[in-house]
Amino acid sequence: MESSRVIQAIYTDDDVLMSAVKTVKAERHHIEEIYTPFPVHGLDKAMGLAPTKIAITSFMYGCLGLTVAIVMMNFIMIQDWPQNIGGKPSFSYIENMPAFVPIMFEMTVFFAAHLMVITFYLRSRMWPFKNAENPDPRTTDDHFLMEIAVHGNEQDLERLLAQTGAVEINIIEKEAH
Amino acid sequence: MYTFSNRLKLASIILIILGVVGWGYSYMNAHNTTVEDVKVMLAEEASHGGGHGDAAESHDAGDEHQADATAHGDADAHNGDDHAEHVMHQIHNRPYSALYVAAFFFMMIALGTLAFYAIQYASQAGWSPVLFRVMEAITYYLLPGGLIVIAIALWAGDHLFIWMDPEVVAHDKIIQGKSGFLNKTGFIIRAFIFLGGWSLYRYFSRKFSIAQDTADDNRNFKKNFRISAGFLVFYIYTESMMSWDWIMSVDPHWFSTLFGWYVFASMFVSGITTIAMITIYLKSRGYLEFVNDSHLHDLAKYMFGFSIFWTYLWFSQFMLIWYANIPEEVTYFITRIEHYKLPFFGMLVMNFVFPFLVLMNSDYKRIPWFVVCAGIVILAGHYIDVFNMIMPATVGDRWFIGLPEISAILLFMGLFILIVFYALSKAPLKVKRNPFIKESEYFHY
Repeated sequence: MESSRVIQAIYTDDDVLMSAVKTVKAERHHIEEIYTPFPVHGLDKAMGLAPTKIAITSFMYGCLGLTVAIVMMNFIMIQDWPQNIGGKPSFSYIENMPAFVPIMFEMTVFFAAHLMVITFYLRSRMWPFKNAENPDPRTTDDHFLMEIAVHGNEQDLERLLAQTGAVEINIIEKEAH
Repeated sequence: MYTFSNRLKLASIILIILGVVGWGYSYMNAHNTTVEDVKVMLAEEASHGGGHGDAAESHDAGDEHQADATAHGDADAHNGDDHAEHVMHQIHNRPYSALYVAAFFFMMIALGTLAFYAIQYASQAGWSPVLFRVMEAITYYLLPGGLIVIAIALWAGDHLFIWMDPEVVAHDKIIQGKSGFLNKTGFIIRAFIFLGGWSLYRYFSRKFSIAQDTADDNRNFKKNFRISAGFLVFYIYTESMMSWDWIMSVDPHWFSTLFGWYVFASMFVSGITTIAMITIYLKSRGYLEFVNDSHLHDLAKYMFGFSIFWTYLWFSQFMLIWYANIPEEVTYFITRIEHYKLPFFGMLVMNFVFPFLVLMNSDYKRIPWFVVCAGIVILAGHYIDVFNMIMPATVGDRWFIGLPEISAILLFMGLFILIVFYALSKAPLKVKRNPFIKESEYFHY
């Protein structure tokens, strides 16, 4: 298997990075990945990434949480051990529902939030004991790193990236993972 | 500059005329109803099997009816002539209540908008100055609308507020205990303090806003910032007391400490919805070219957020009373669930479920017709909210959204459009020299 060659350009400012991304995109190069120490507003649009679908999963997880809460409260408070709620022993879920609304709300939020975070981790291919893919530890501090695949156009790319204000340009042999 | 088109002016005048005629007709109709008519009507209802008349005649109805009797309280024993007279009063009350609900609803839109406007100044918001003239135009309705509400309240008197009837108070220990606060003089004085304070703020804020257009420093803006912060403190107290006076006192035995907040949520979301709808209308007519998608998006986010806020307060009030189940408190909801099932639960769908699902998606908040559709449902839902607050106390189960209600809505909608669009045509639609106008124009999300 052929190992891929990538060029890594390092920047020290998010505004410089943004304009560099625009220049590189305008020259029709494919940006593999960008590593930043903090979220850069508008970077996803500049890179031309597809909009995230995580909101849809969040909605589905919320629905799941709501369902779990309803089934759970119905089992605990109505079926398994019927409770006299608020002095109104009706033993019907719907008539006691006001008492269960806070739980329904909390479970909806709990499921939506936690499962959405887990989904995000998995989608970003992050799980416990995994080695970091981060190519340069400085990107966790104050540097920004742009990674572009090289297809025999090293000189062109290097010249272009130098023009955009990169402080450091390296060509790396990357093993396929 | 916006010019008030003759077609819109004509349309609003037609709405007013239709409203006056329709309401006047139903008023005469209700006024001419006598006890004899009511007896015939009740007999007919009884013979049709079911309905209120039936339940009232047969005294063996279950707990539900007992609770109902508690709700109606003291004076009315449910039999014979007394009952017929009680029903006749309810029929007489209906046109007054219909007029009051609609008048309050449109006044509430202006008041909610005024609070929103003051918050924009007090927080020095950068996104919203492009919408200031729309907000100022809507709040122009506050003074006339507020005066109308007070006038109707005083004119209707004990048709709406039974504590204004000395006869009732004489036989009612609970109202006697509250009469230090709930009396006509106090009501009038407070009403004018509330409305006077709000109108003063509105007057000066508008004046400074216009003066800022041609100023060469930010002095007027700073003054506006200061009076807005002061106004918000005044507002949150007076709004709460206003809701006790103008709404909660229709059920003088019942009280809820959350009521002011609840009414606030309703007026705030209605106000924001109206700002969004008028903005979209003006934009569709080619004005407000400096308002972009992101402004609309933000307004729709507020509509979404405050719809949920309203539900939160509604539920907080409902759940505590439902759980505790104290008779004198819970009657409030029992009357509503018994006799107002459709508007009571319907408003939850209109004010919560519908905006929640429709406005959840971020992209839909930028589509004007989508926001307008959601806005119409939200406004109708909050009309029904006010309806549910007033009607059960005044007309009991003799309610319907019919001629008097719809005519009253048309009447005040016409007046609202006439006054708001008149105010819009009085000043340039852009606040030229506002220090945040540039930020606002370039605002994007």
